[in-house]
Amino acid sequence: MPDLSINFAGIKSPNPFWLASAPPTNSGYQVMKAFDAGWGGAVWKTLGVPVVNVSSRYGSVDYRDKRMMGFNNIELISDRPLADNLREIEEVKKRFPHHAVIASLMVQSRQEWHDIVRDAENAGSDGIELNFGCPHGMCERGMGSAVGQEPEVLQTIVEWVMEVARIPVIVKLTPNISDITEPAMAARRGGANAISLINTIQSIVGVDLDLFAPYPIVDGKGSNGGYCGPAVKPIALNMVKNCAQHPDVRLPISGIGGIETWRDAVEHILLGASSVQVCTAAMHYGFGIIREMTSGLEQYMREKGFRTIDDMVGRALPNVKHWEDLNLKYKVTANINPDKCIGCQLCYTACEDGAHQAIKLNSGTRIPEIIDENCVGCNLCSLVCPVEQCITMERRDDGTQHQTWKERTEADDIPVTFNDERAGGLHHWVPEPAAALGKEKHKTLPGKARQFEKVTVTE
Amino acid sequence: MAEYVTPTTEQEFAGNFAQLKPLMSNSEALLESSRCLFCFDAPCIKACPSGIDIPLFIRQINSGNATGAARTIYEANYFGNACGKVCPTEVLCEGSCVYTATGAKPIEIGRLQSHATRKVMDQGKHLFQPGAATGFRVAVIGAGPAGISCACELRKLGHEVDVFEARSQPSGLTLYGVAPYKITNEETLAEMAYLEAQFGFRVHYNHAISTRPDLEKLEQAYDVIFLGIGLGHTSPLGLPGEDRENCVGAVEFIEQLRIRQEQTAVGRKVIVLGGGNTAMDAASESARLGAEKVVLAYRRGKEEMGAYEFEYDLAKGVGVQGLFNVAPLEILGNGKVEGVKFVRTATFNGQVQTVPGSEFVEACDMVIKATGQAKKTSFLGLIPELQVDGKGRIVFNPNTGQTTNPRYFASGDAANGGAEVVNAAAEAKAAAHGIHQFLIKS
Repeated sequence: MPDLSINFAGIKSPNPFWLASAPPTNSGYQVMKAFDAGWGGAVWKTLGVPVVNVSSRYGSVDYRDKRMMGFNNIELISDRPLADNLREIEEVKKRFPHHAVIASLMVQSRQEWHDIVRDAENAGSDGIELNFGCPHGMCERGMGSAVGQEPEVLQTIVEWVMEVARIPVIVKLTPNISDITEPAMAARRGGANAISLINTIQSIVGVDLDLFAPYPIVDGKGSNGGYCGPAVKPIALNMVKNCAQHPDVRLPISGIGGIETWRDAVEHILLGASSVQVCTAAMHYGFGIIREMTSGLEQYMREKGFRTIDDMVGRALPNVKHWEDLNLKYKVTANINPDKCIGCQLCYTACEDGAHQAIKLNSGTRIPEIIDENCVGCNLCSLVCPVEQCITMERRDDGTQHQTWKERTEADDIPVTFNDERAGGLHHWVPEPAAALGKEKHKTLPGKARQFEKVTVTE
Repeated sequence: MAEYVTPTTEQEFAGNFAQLKPLMSNSEALLESSRCLFCFDAPCIKACPSGIDIPLFIRQINSGNATGAARTIYEANYFGNACGKVCPTEVLCEGSCVYTATGAKPIEIGRLQSHATRKVMDQGKHLFQPGAATGFRVAVIGAGPAGISCACELRKLGHEVDVFEARSQPSGLTLYGVAPYKITNEETLAEMAYLEAQFGFRVHYNHAISTRPDLEKLEQAYDVIFLGIGLGHTSPLGLPGEDRENCVGAVEFIEQLRIRQEQTAVGRKVIVLGGGNTAMDAASESARLGAEKVVLAYRRGKEEMGAYEFEYDLAKGVGVQGLFNVAPLEILGNGKVEGVKFVRTATFNGQVQTVPGSEFVEACDMVIKATGQAKKTSFLGLIPELQVDGKGRIVFNPNTGQTTNPRYFASGDAANGGAEVVNAAAEAKAAAHGIHQFLIKS
């Protein structure tokens, strides 16, 4: 039986799934309900300075019929009285002593930081998360991402916090920065115990085509929000990896960004996260999703023989390389399984228009054919194919040769001109430009193709 | 036991004849349109006789441009809404959907099509207008799918059009001949009104063109005459007793049903003769009108029926019983129908032969003959130089609709021998372009 419990920088929790600091952790009611449902921890909605919120706070990016592929908000930190929040944290900790309750904090002056850190500790919090990430509203007042974008300011504030903190301190980072490892290293220099990332990404999720205003609309106007949800996972994974691989960061990472299923969580963990935080998925489907997440994680661990979460942390990191370290001798080409092909020809048009013209159509069948010698092995056809395992990428090299760009550079074996025999695209066949004109127009423009131009009548 | 209670009110009729393809809500349309793969060179387009760019209109629905979707549909087929509901999509666009190869349900193209077209109709959003006037005049005989489609396209090309319709309402068999669970009268007529408002052709109702003098008037007043006359009444079987009361033709029965609805009389025990789609309709309709027993009698085996499988399934689903390999010999009765005398048949080398001594009587109080419609050959004989083929179909150039009399053009059932609404709509559009070429060259 795999053990899902974690000890994250000294914060213990029965499983690695925490609710991120956000609307789902706005009250003791919600946090208790979440713990009841099976969540391992909760980062309380940020406590700090008094704020006033607007009405109309969230916007969504829908993809076809799928709601909230991406999500943004212009809500601020907790607008509830600090005393109420502290009292409820205390209540939750009494009821759930083995679950993790982390207080997210955001204030300005050194004194305010000292006071609020002590308040959070006295309420029984297991840890503190410093909100240096909020990219809307609070940053205009010099807090949130305004701090996360200034590594020196960040370090100073962490130092203030560490002056009084007796429980683990996590620094939450903003992705609205060119190199995430800079603030991560500043957090380490300041003495933080861990980092969490990513906070939301500055965004406009859409524009109302009638009102000419960005979503969410507040009385005809809008503002940039913070972007999250499934769409941000790739950005989060990359930043988690960057921090996990950087030799000077060396801090436990709580992974945040686009986690909705156990798979998403495992991906974060394999790239170096040792706890994960979830917000949008809980806002979309409610706390009940935790059942799928824990059972999926447990099943995966059982199948892979992982006993603890720590066994998995960073397992993919050795395989994340710089481009120059990839094997240039590796060669795959696409293979279409004709028994599975349903004849949609999306692979054909994708390759024809979006890749390397390496698929052709034959008369009498809707099943396309790969032109092996043109196929560069880009994967596109296999990605657009709607049928599971219909187009597979098959390895064509014998696996004995290995050569990277870096090795070639060191061996002075790189192309220096475009006509150099060693240049990549030199021998790639491409069609004559004019061969494109009118090609398959009757197929690509079927509506227009059905014009009644060639009509001849008896006079 | 009958599945249905005989309807006595409009509501009960609507219940018994509930729409097989009800209107899609916006949410359903979004879900369904999201499933479309947007195939390259999509098979559904090729399967559509009117060549609607189906993936395009589905994508337009999906991206919140239902008006654009309706335009895509109507540009290819003026009976866009009706076809979405009455087309045998199971064997056309939906039947060719690549999803069927995965075992998944095909996209509900027909319902999506009606969703988009219904939207512009309900909103009164006009998509077309008549072209600049050319001064040419065309007479269209028949306000069915062929006649109206041809009229729309001719108006778009700028020609003046008068439509002459013997009945009191437009759309031909879409109104008078399609099963009521496929489309309602209101919906059919709404589309006709929508088209007429945009294109401004004139329809002269209750104005039959049936004599040589009628035709002469048209020949004098118009540059071209388009024949969208469809087919005639149910052909007689030539059986003894065929004239008995309650022995009716399917076309006539369905027409009654469409006009009189719940007031249509049906027998308690009905025998439908035939194995085509009209037979299936008539059988289903009898059952939905509350007949206790409906028997579908066909000369050959079940597999040899001309009807689409899904149409037979529909009939079976409402309790219709199949009686195969039987040929009717006589309609029995005393004034009214009391039964049908059948003989069993067997097929040898593709030929149906009766089995001597196997006669039997199946009791019933109504017989519906769904054995094909007669061609209007005597009327066609009034048109000089107009040739018909051995099956009574007008000889015409399928690309232009032109008949052997250059001033007469034709399409739809009268030319193709009897097909779907979508065929007539598509062929008539081509014919309009044939007419246009003829006019501008003359």
